[in-house]
Amino acid sequence: MTNVLINAPKTARPGEIVEIKALILHPMETGFRPGTNGRIIPRNIIERFTATWNGAEIFRMEMSPAIAANPFVSFFAVATESGTIGLRWTGDQGFLVEEQVAIAVG
Amino acid sequence: MRTAWIALGLASVFVATFALAQGAADKRRSGYQDMGEALQKMQDDDTANPGMLFVQLGEQLFGRPAGAANKSCADCHGAGSMKGVAARYPAIPKDADKPVDLEGRINLCRTANQRAEPLAPESRDLLSLEAYVAFQSRGQPIAPPSDPRLAPFRAQGAEIYRRRQGQLNLSCAICHDDNAGKKLAGVTIPQAHPTGYPIYRLEWQALGSLKRRLRNCLIGLRAEAYAYDAPEYVALELYLMDRAKGMLLEAPGVRP
Repeated sequence: MTNVLINAPKTARPGEIVEIKALILHPMETGFRPGTNGRIIPRNIIERFTATWNGAEIFRMEMSPAIAANPFVSFFAVATESGTIGLRWTGDQGFLVEEQVAIAVG
Repeated sequence: MRTAWIALGLASVFVATFALAQGAADKRRSGYQDMGEALQKMQDDDTANPGMLFVQLGEQLFGRPAGAANKSCADCHGAGSMKGVAARYPAIPKDADKPVDLEGRINLCRTANQRAEPLAPESRDLLSLEAYVAFQSRGQPIAPPSDPRLAPFRAQGAEIYRRRQGQLNLSCAICHDDNAGKKLAGVTIPQAHPTGYPIYRLEWQALGSLKRRLRNCLIGLRAEAYAYDAPEYVALELYLMDRAKGMLLEAPGVRP
């Protein structure tokens, strides 16, 4: 089920600084809150977000329970070569989402 | 001389009425206009507005068969065919005598046509479907139906809106009509026009319906909130939509 929104330019000039924005559906349950039955709801957060450009890592982020639900990440990269930008979210309870967007540099 | 005075009098009455009508039209503000620039940009950018995640989910749900009839919403309505629908609800469905809001209509379709279990109030699936339908009316003016059978329900909504409730003994009108634009604990009191529902409220970290917002206000008044299926909400929604008639829908809205 698609639950990610990515905003990255489709084209860029060589050396141009591009902004990549990504939004993902996730509850980011802190692990500190009691549920309606009084028991603590187990922690369920995204622990790590990484971005790659043609396989090479360009951005990495560790997330914590203090980050709100449906985290939005924005970062910059220098466009060097055409290819794909890979985005990867991993977290508790085996959470794994991978998305790719193509970018043409020239 | 006397005629001149009467003419002048009439002219000033006309000017005053005109100014009043203009003023009334200009004074209505969506909550969008009262929030900060950062939040406005968040709402306007479809890849930063978290409500769009639910629109996306709703689009998938719309095309997925459900229930004993094994039909999807799209089998009858066609994808993207719900333009303007959210702008006219609540309304009285065919063969019924009571108005339902958009969520009620979705569940009616589910039980009657798909022969599936109704979706729970405020559940993600129901809100996503509602967001997908409401999103198609974005930019359209709110257009309550002129059905005369709605009048008593709308009047009931207006009555609830003006009725003092709860331990704080306040009515909706005291805040949202008499004191709108002023501050309540540092927050600008909005005029309570339902322009962006379902909204992604940052405080909720989730999408929520107008019903949830109304419950919030009732709890704030320290009144007992009506049950989720209470007809009072539909009556209030009818009144609020009529009050916001002609304002543009901006669903899914983002609010603090």
